[in-house]
Amino acid sequence: MTINRRQFMQGATAAGAFATIPSVAQSADTIKFGSILDTSGIFEAYGKPMEKTHQLAVEEINAAGGLLGRQIEMIPYDTQSNMALYTQYARRMTRRDKVDVIHGGILSASREAIRPTLRKAKTLYFYNTTYEGGVCDRNVFCTGTTPAQQSAILVPETIKKWGKKIYVLAADYNYGQITTNWIRHYAKNAGGDVIQADFFPLNVSDFGSTIAKIQKAKPDMVMAVLVGAAHLSFYRQWAAAGMNRKIPVASTTMSSGNDHRILTASEGDGIMVCQSFSPEADIPSVKTFLTAYKKRFGNTDDIHEIAASSYDGVRLWAEGVKKAGTLDRMKVIEALETGISYTGPTGKVTIDPKTHHVTHDMHLIEIKNQKLNVIKSYSQIPPSDTQAVCDLQKNPDDTKQYEIKI
Amino acid sequence: MDLAVVVVYEILYTIAFLALISAGLAVVFGMMRVVNLAHGEFILLGGYTAIVAHNNLGINLFVSMLVIAPVVVAVFGVVIERLIVRFLYGRLINTMLATWGLSLAMIGSFSLIFGTTTTSVKAPIGSISVGAFNISGYNIFIIASAIGVIALIFAILRFTRAGLVARGAMQNADMATAFGYDASRIYMATFAAGAALAGLAGGILAPLVGIGPNAGSLYIAKAFITVISGGASVVSGLITSSGFFGFVTQIVTFLTNSVIGELGLLVAAIILLRLLPTGISGRFFKNRL
Repeated sequence: MTINRRQFMQGATAAGAFATIPSVAQSADTIKFGSILDTSGIFEAYGKPMEKTHQLAVEEINAAGGLLGRQIEMIPYDTQSNMALYTQYARRMTRRDKVDVIHGGILSASREAIRPTLRKAKTLYFYNTTYEGGVCDRNVFCTGTTPAQQSAILVPETIKKWGKKIYVLAADYNYGQITTNWIRHYAKNAGGDVIQADFFPLNVSDFGSTIAKIQKAKPDMVMAVLVGAAHLSFYRQWAAAGMNRKIPVASTTMSSGNDHRILTASEGDGIMVCQSFSPEADIPSVKTFLTAYKKRFGNTDDIHEIAASSYDGVRLWAEGVKKAGTLDRMKVIEALETGISYTGPTGKVTIDPKTHHVTHDMHLIEIKNQKLNVIKSYSQIPPSDTQAVCDLQKNPDDTKQYEIKI
Repeated sequence: MDLAVVVVYEILYTIAFLALISAGLAVVFGMMRVVNLAHGEFILLGGYTAIVAHNNLGINLFVSMLVIAPVVVAVFGVVIERLIVRFLYGRLINTMLATWGLSLAMIGSFSLIFGTTTTSVKAPIGSISVGAFNISGYNIFIIASAIGVIALIFAILRFTRAGLVARGAMQNADMATAFGYDASRIYMATFAAGAALAGLAGGILAPLVGIGPNAGSLYIAKAFITVISGGASVVSGLITSSGFFGFVTQIVTFLTNSVIGELGLLVAAIILLRLLPTGISGRFFKNRL
């Protein structure tokens, strides 16, 4: 018997149709939770613990009886630190997996890659990472820290401590560019000045000539807005040149990927950051979270701020679904817009209805001996940067990301 | 004045960096005409070896970098040569495919064994002051190592019997066989020497840039550009092309920024190969080492 191509295709299509039926039947009554993160490649240090906290939050909710009486099924995708895979997987999640919500995205580039796709597909999206602020989109909730919560504290505090002249080193994409403008803005308000800003592609790992240029410019401090494993070389080469004892460094990103544990103590000591989470903070909800994480994954060595805010994101979404009593996207959004709160690893987190961002606590932190020592805490800081430009109650159809004008 | 010293220092460092990452490839590609696309991963293997030997086995860092890393990678090179490369001599495309596959397999293995997080060791030498500037003392060690490596390659090829035989076998394997030398073993030894140089580069650079499973791509492109622009002569090609590219990249970086600096290297390479299709040594140092 011979089979021509057409017959073969018919057979294959029929077989394919049968193959998909059982999986639909099997998981028809679970809630589908899509998780899209870089859990391999140069952003792996960010993504892996984020996926773990997604898992932890989902398992805890399931153990407590699930949501609306249904269990949550987590569908994770690894985007391999490759921006092109984000759009591909986002489409697959909305079309094939038909997920009820998507949490994830790490770099701002990845968020901007999938935001339009998810809005078009009417799939609710949570972006839980520290970022440059300004996203104004009713389909999106941003539970991470924004410049008004971070640079607005870090820049004036470090100017007060170290001096007015700032040299910025930033990653060369939307996050680095926009954050640098915020730093310029807050430096000016505090009477300081960004004397020079240099931008680096994400794969640059040689900072020798930059370090010489910084010494020539003689700033009072260096502000590092560097991202990913390759950029980590800066701190090594900075210490190798003995500069860590001459010019102090502050950073908006340091320790988000647990960089302070990858570097040796002497390379990281004295660097100042500002975050919503520190595993060293003496706060009951932080301790509860760390105990649960340790019980589930063995140790808490890899936990970091954006993993903690990813956990918050899942919990806030669950609160929204509970309140809405349904998975219908608009009803969940409306429930979340009532200003839902959750108290977790980053303290009390409240959704701001106008901007879909969060109000939360911030901590000024100095890295010492691979630990994040809290110097000073700030209670309930609103995302005032985005609040100044975005009002989703007045303009529910807004989809813009607002940037600061310098 | 201080700044001038620092600029010269950074230029020398970049030249040394290019020479180190390209030396192994110059031997393997320049002499044997084998395109080893896993060269970047050979470098990483050296880096991982040095880090593991130092951090986990507690061996002195210099011994780990300068002895253990090249030896381990040389042994690995022999295994790869015997199992894969020796069947493919003279078949350029097949070698490329095989070594590319090897490179992917090595990246996968590194991820499995060491995880995808970048690992490193602290630079063993402190900093030096030049007037108002601080510079990394470790970079001096890298510059010295590069000079040492080039001198070693030159000395072996020029003054030893083994070097002479290797050069002869590369020019005409049949003739070498007719003289009673086992060409197959000479190829094996040359490939192992290239691998050892890659391992040495990985070991020496590990404290400075950090080693992760995907970091090989940072080296492979620059190494190939340097070797191809250098041309067929191993030593003079290596010196002239890394000198040229190191100078161009750093000067452009100082005048503008590191993005344009990297771009400068590529533009310089394109112009150079357009004017000198056989590389620098193909034109100026023909039939020399």
